[in-house]
Amino acid sequence: MTTELFIQYLVAGITYGSIYAIVAIGFNIIYNTTGIINFAQGEFVMLGGMLSITFLQYLPLPPAIFLAVLVTMGIGALIEMLFIRWLQNPGILRMIIITIGVSILIREAALHVWGSDVRSLPYFFGNEISSIAISGARVSPQVLWVVGTCGLMVVALNIFFQATSIGREMRACAANRIAAVLCGIDTRNMVTLSFVLSAGIGALAGAVMSPITYTQYDIGTGLAIKGFTVAILGGLGNSLGAVAGGLLLGVIEAFSVSVVPLAFQDAIAIAILLVILFVRPHGLFGSSAMAGLKEF
Amino acid sequence: MGKNLVFLPIVAAVIAIQLLTAWTDSVYYLTQLTMSAYYSLLIVGLCVLMGYAGQISLGHAGFFAIGGYISAALTTHNLIPFVDQLPVRLLTALGCLQGGLDIYGDPLLVVTPWVACMIAILTALIIAFLLGIPVLKLKGHYLAMATLGFGIIIYRIVLASEYFGEADGISGVPGFQLVPGLLVSGDKSWRVPNYYIAWTVLILAVVLLRHLINSRVGRALRAIHGSPEAADAMGVDTAKFKLQTFMLSAVFSALAGVLLTHYNGGIGPSEASVMKSVRYVAIVAVGGMANIWGALVMGMVLNFLSLRGFFGSYDDAVFGLILIGIMLFAPEGILSLQLGRLWRRIPLFRRKTPAVKEV
Amino acid sequence: MKKMLSKSLCAFAAACLLSAPSVWAENIKLGALLAVTGPASFLGGPEARTLEMLVEQVNAKGGINGKKIDLLVKDTAGNPEKAISLAKQLLEEDNVLTVLGPSSSGETMAVKKIFEDAKTPLISCAAAEVIVNPLASWIFKTPQNDSLAAIKIFMEMNKLGIEKIAVLVDNSGFGKAGKEQLQKIAPDYKIEIVEAEVYDAKATDLSAVVAKIKANAAVQGIINWSIVPAQSIVVKNIRQSGWQVPIFQSHGFGNIKYVEAAGVAAEGVIFPAGRLLMAGLLPDGHPQKALLVQYVKDYEGKYKETASTFGGHAYDAFIIFEKAVAAGGADKAKVREAIEGLKNLPGTGGIFNFSTTDHNGLALDAFEMMTVKDGKFVPYTGK
Repeated sequence: MTTELFIQYLVAGITYGSIYAIVAIGFNIIYNTTGIINFAQGEFVMLGGMLSITFLQYLPLPPAIFLAVLVTMGIGALIEMLFIRWLQNPGILRMIIITIGVSILIREAALHVWGSDVRSLPYFFGNEISSIAISGARVSPQVLWVVGTCGLMVVALNIFFQATSIGREMRACAANRIAAVLCGIDTRNMVTLSFVLSAGIGALAGAVMSPITYTQYDIGTGLAIKGFTVAILGGLGNSLGAVAGGLLLGVIEAFSVSVVPLAFQDAIAIAILLVILFVRPHGLFGSSAMAGLKEF
Repeated sequence: MGKNLVFLPIVAAVIAIQLLTAWTDSVYYLTQLTMSAYYSLLIVGLCVLMGYAGQISLGHAGFFAIGGYISAALTTHNLIPFVDQLPVRLLTALGCLQGGLDIYGDPLLVVTPWVACMIAILTALIIAFLLGIPVLKLKGHYLAMATLGFGIIIYRIVLASEYFGEADGISGVPGFQLVPGLLVSGDKSWRVPNYYIAWTVLILAVVLLRHLINSRVGRALRAIHGSPEAADAMGVDTAKFKLQTFMLSAVFSALAGVLLTHYNGGIGPSEASVMKSVRYVAIVAVGGMANIWGALVMGMVLNFLSLRGFFGSYDDAVFGLILIGIMLFAPEGILSLQLGRLWRRIPLFRRKTPAVKEV
Repeated sequence: MKKMLSKSLCAFAAACLLSAPSVWAENIKLGALLAVTGPASFLGGPEARTLEMLVEQVNAKGGINGKKIDLLVKDTAGNPEKAISLAKQLLEEDNVLTVLGPSSSGETMAVKKIFEDAKTPLISCAAAEVIVNPLASWIFKTPQNDSLAAIKIFMEMNKLGIEKIAVLVDNSGFGKAGKEQLQKIAPDYKIEIVEAEVYDAKATDLSAVVAKIKANAAVQGIINWSIVPAQSIVVKNIRQSGWQVPIFQSHGFGNIKYVEAAGVAAEGVIFPAGRLLMAGLLPDGHPQKALLVQYVKDYEGKYKETASTFGGHAYDAFIIFEKAVAAGGADKAKVREAIEGLKNLPGTGGIFNFSTTDHNGLALDAFEMMTVKDGKFVPYTGK
């Protein structure tokens, strides 16, 4: 393998990895407050892309994305208030099944609103063929946008969860809801907030990646599965872990192309992940004590 | 035997439905009832795994596909070009092969369905065993992820392998002669026998599962769901029971795959997709988790409506609505909305009963 | 109150039962199995809309031979098992005269035997050649044969002096069928396939596989054979990597949305296509011109979306059915015979000439080579 090809694979791996990571981060926020995996996370990504494209017809790009993120946050809040908020002591599996139902509903609604056509936002800088050369390999400037957004999110979320009181209150909800209530935390609002936040992050991810991956009504499922995989691999609830997991999966996928047919890429990548999971049953950066406690 | 009396009403209902369709000249309903019964076979197995052993699996469509695809591939791939080679001659001598004609009238030499079925189920069993050992050590979301990953791998393999027909899947699968004079086949003339075959298999499976639940093993299973630590402390080998349940439900799924594939005359990659697995889990949940009857009822109703295209292009949307509706208003499953309890909600009929325990 | 309700319900049910046969007896029942939702909805959606529009038009004009058409569209969601169940319903419960669809080749192959056994014509909207070759008596299809598209591409490659190529296909039934035909026919045109890869229909980025192919210095041209949106990602990734290799696409590229998705990267892509994409550019005397212009105008006027070749496949299936019923009457066997007798029938995909041995009816002249210039489809005129 030439150096140029090696770097090209690496760059491709980083492209995939940052896309997966940016989706995975959204999973972690809701998980951190409620302990559930929100299966509608992929649909937030789809909505972010679709709404941005729709608003772009009336607005310039930055406000269109901003508005799309806001609207998706509203949808996130709505979902929480309609389906989760008023449940008394809901079980984890019950909430997960509800999110599966919600994801199906959003997808079908999107099909009837936007149709099945593929759409995409324009490239933020340059166009479809512009690229930046990195020692012989070439990378689309949009990839830098995705990587940058991903990095910013991780930093901002870490500060939010570690250093602000709301962030700490949200973490307390996940750790022990009853104890959190006893400490005077309004857990319900915290859960709503986590849905709003993760919807917003998903929507932003959907907008930033749209020029690369395109947006279609049903992209949510595939992205959610990859995002979930990566979130688990990195250790649930750990944003930095999600980035590491995403990059690892992306790089495995990219380099696997050189040895196995592309058609088997997913099978190989997932098989490697399973092996990692068997060796470290709590993900790369998760704590084993936490993984032992979480049950359905 | 006495405790199996509960099956009498079901057997009666199965027969009554067949007679009713014959009487009203709507035998065609049996087609979808048969198909739904096979999907329900997978679902009741998954129900015991999830509800009683407490192990979620997001990969059961994978076992269904292993059964269906292996059986389909073996009974359709023509061995005539290899007829002179030793393995094929050996198989012929052992009576594992059968001749036939494809739909264009060309001669075929394929593995007999019985042998194919055995190989398919054995494969599913071995994979469930090898996979179960490491996977069942995982918990919660990590377990969900591992089984999901297994499902994805199977999906990718069938979608990428020429042997399994890639995106087109496998068609032209012959009927499966169980005993002389009894064929698993989607042909119109075999519709009524096939309805009974499917229901016999399904009811036998439920009998077996109920037996398991009520046996010593079953009591241990319930202990696992409650508290594995306590069960372990009492000397119950929880790991072994989990593995056995996992393997049993895998075999049920594979069997469902084999029979439905022969009934349909083909199988496609959509049967292996992750969304199918998620769908099965959701059906078990809306049936009430640790409730075989709930799983059976929801499995039949939801699959029947979907297969009949009852909601047209809103099929998935309605499925989503049902999931949400039941989880919001009847979290213990659809059967928890017992009629007797509804009666008692009306003031006139309200009796003084102890409050129903909410879990 | 309860009694009254149940009585009126009974009366209503009885009325339905009594009135139903008398309303429908005269009408022609046409079934359609289409993937309106699910992963192939970009095929089934336009197909269903096209059929609904055409049936409305024909019924407004008084139907076929004075008989109105009842169209029954069943959504398979792209699942073969659902297609099987719904096909049986259309045949046994609705007693349809003919079925149009399914949208994908996997579904078509799954229901093939059911229609052979039921002796009912099926006019598929899926492209794979295996649907009609080997020939099954009751099965027809409207999209042009993959082999014709492959031959067109290889002829063009011969002209450009391209001998060693890479083939990229999607993992749908369309991609699978294309891969088979390309591998089969390539030697006839002295073309060697040095790289072949299959990508996922839902791929998000394909720069790794592009890098792999680009590293093979022997590759002189690329055939990207696909019907899913991911084919635009391939084109984009190739150009992004700074590789100016000639890119050929299949007739599955015939949707302007794919060009829009690939943007400037799509410029110069060469592909064979039916004449729907160049309806306005055809000379006035061309036999397909009038109907193509009319279809595009009607469809885009009614649904406010661009007409694609996919909807065109359903259009062709419908006019074949319409002409066959007009000639043979509302009888399954006669419809089948009438279809085999159809000659010189212009459709969106080409001029159909069916026979007892050809159940597709299109020849090499159904295709025109096209290219993309300034984001629009234009006829390809060579280098």
